[in-house]
Amino acid sequence: MTTIAHGERRNLALGRRAGRWLPALAVFGFGLVAWQWILPALGVERFLLPPFSDVVTAFWDSRDELVRAGWITFKEALGGFVLGCSLAFVFALALARWRPLGNALMPYLIAANAVPIVAFAPITNAWFGILSPWSKIVIAAVLCFFPVLVNTLRGLTSVRPESLELMRSYAAGQPSVFRRVRIPNSLPFVFSALKIASVLAMIGAVVGDYFGGSTEALGVQIVSAVSLAQYETAWAAILVASILGIAFYASVAVVERFALRWHPSTRGEAQ
Amino acid sequence: MSVADVGDGKEAVVSAQRVTKTFGKGGVTALQEIDLEVRRGEFISLIGPSGCGKSTLLRVIGDLVEPTTGKILINGKSAHRARLDRDYGIVFQAAVLYDWRTVVKNISLPLELGGWDRARRASRVREMVELVDLAGFEKHYPWQLSGGMQQRVSIARALSFSPALLLMDEPFGALDEMTRERLNLELLRIWAETGSTVVFVTHSISEAVFLSTRVVVMSARPGRITEVVPIDLEQPRTAETREEPRFFELVTEVREALHAGGADEVVAELEGLE
Repeated sequence: MTTIAHGERRNLALGRRAGRWLPALAVFGFGLVAWQWILPALGVERFLLPPFSDVVTAFWDSRDELVRAGWITFKEALGGFVLGCSLAFVFALALARWRPLGNALMPYLIAANAVPIVAFAPITNAWFGILSPWSKIVIAAVLCFFPVLVNTLRGLTSVRPESLELMRSYAAGQPSVFRRVRIPNSLPFVFSALKIASVLAMIGAVVGDYFGGSTEALGVQIVSAVSLAQYETAWAAILVASILGIAFYASVAVVERFALRWHPSTRGEAQ
Repeated sequence: MSVADVGDGKEAVVSAQRVTKTFGKGGVTALQEIDLEVRRGEFISLIGPSGCGKSTLLRVIGDLVEPTTGKILINGKSAHRARLDRDYGIVFQAAVLYDWRTVVKNISLPLELGGWDRARRASRVREMVELVDLAGFEKHYPWQLSGGMQQRVSIARALSFSPALLLMDEPFGALDEMTRERLNLELLRIWAETGSTVVFVTHSISEAVFLSTRVVVMSARPGRITEVVPIDLEQPRTAETREEPRFFELVTEVREALHAGGADEVVAELEGLE
């Protein structure tokens, strides 16, 4: 009896969740229909946006190449993400630990955060060699570095004074204050920054490819497909980049859910 | 039961000697020449208008703020030494729980820092959960608790390592009247069970009278002690204590002491808060 009731409840919950997703799915469906039939009917030319089915066909025809290219570019992005984010975290710890240092550097970090870093992409090719993945990894890393640094630093330092007084009353040392208070306190800030960084890393890797790189990389393939007027292939590659970007972002979001299960933002899911 | 008057032979847990605290260069005098002795087992309330330095005095006792002149002795040691020895537990107006720790993990924080092993920690935390009546909520995170429950966790955390001295800075100030009265009774029960010494900051006259063995009345600008009112209500106190004529007499006495401290307008403000 109870198991049946339980099963019914679960079905109900599933139904309710499906209901919540329905409008979004409808919009998705409408988007595809518009892309496939409405835009061509309005006279949108193939070089502006080829019909969806042609893009899918182009993807299927060169799927091996595209998947390999996607994997290469994704590795560049991931490398840059890991490198940039870890460096940023370590820097943030140091700046939070030695506040005068942090205060001296903060204005420059905020300014650097506003610099359009992709502008450096052609330069990194000169630094690391046009065929080296490192030129793309470094662009992605620098793109990730500043938002993660600024957000982490904010998270490490925006601790309620009483939380620190409490640790002081227990005669806790700095390592303990960082481990037990500052770092956990920073995690919500860190994860919002990591989500932004996952997107920036993909942008950095693809844009890095645009300025030259191994012909097997995704960005290079987009550029060459466009120059050969193979718009369907170019769009298929863009689609691969988009899917990878979304998957990257979603994986970070899943880790966040798990790491921040104590956070009030997960309220809806509790019990 | 007799009043804990000066010179009853019990040793001083807290001894403040001519403590002065000024903030900024030649700025506000938060505390002026405070002399105060708190003996073992006492329940002392510090009461006064906002800005009288009662919270500052509590922080000076806890070595969270340094006095400008004068000194504090805790169990005969300097306040600094006492803090390093973890001689006191502290409770703030906000519960100051760590959001990422469950009830159990919050309570065991001072034990972790004190290097207790896992098994001892677990059994001690179980006792504490029992003491503040939170069984069933061990695995809850702070946001899943009401304000009163959060404050109980905070009290359990302060008591977990059995400090002989408990410092409380308006711990029930943010709670509704019903919860506050219930927690007052609970605090008195814990105080009686643990035999600890309490220094309690409040701006509620009736709360101070109900809880304390002595009420220390302070005045503002500069912050100083104007009167000490011994509370001779019978122990243990119960909900009925609040209806005894003697309770009202003492409330009046404390209120008049506050008036005498030259804080008429502030007293009016305080009474509005109650």
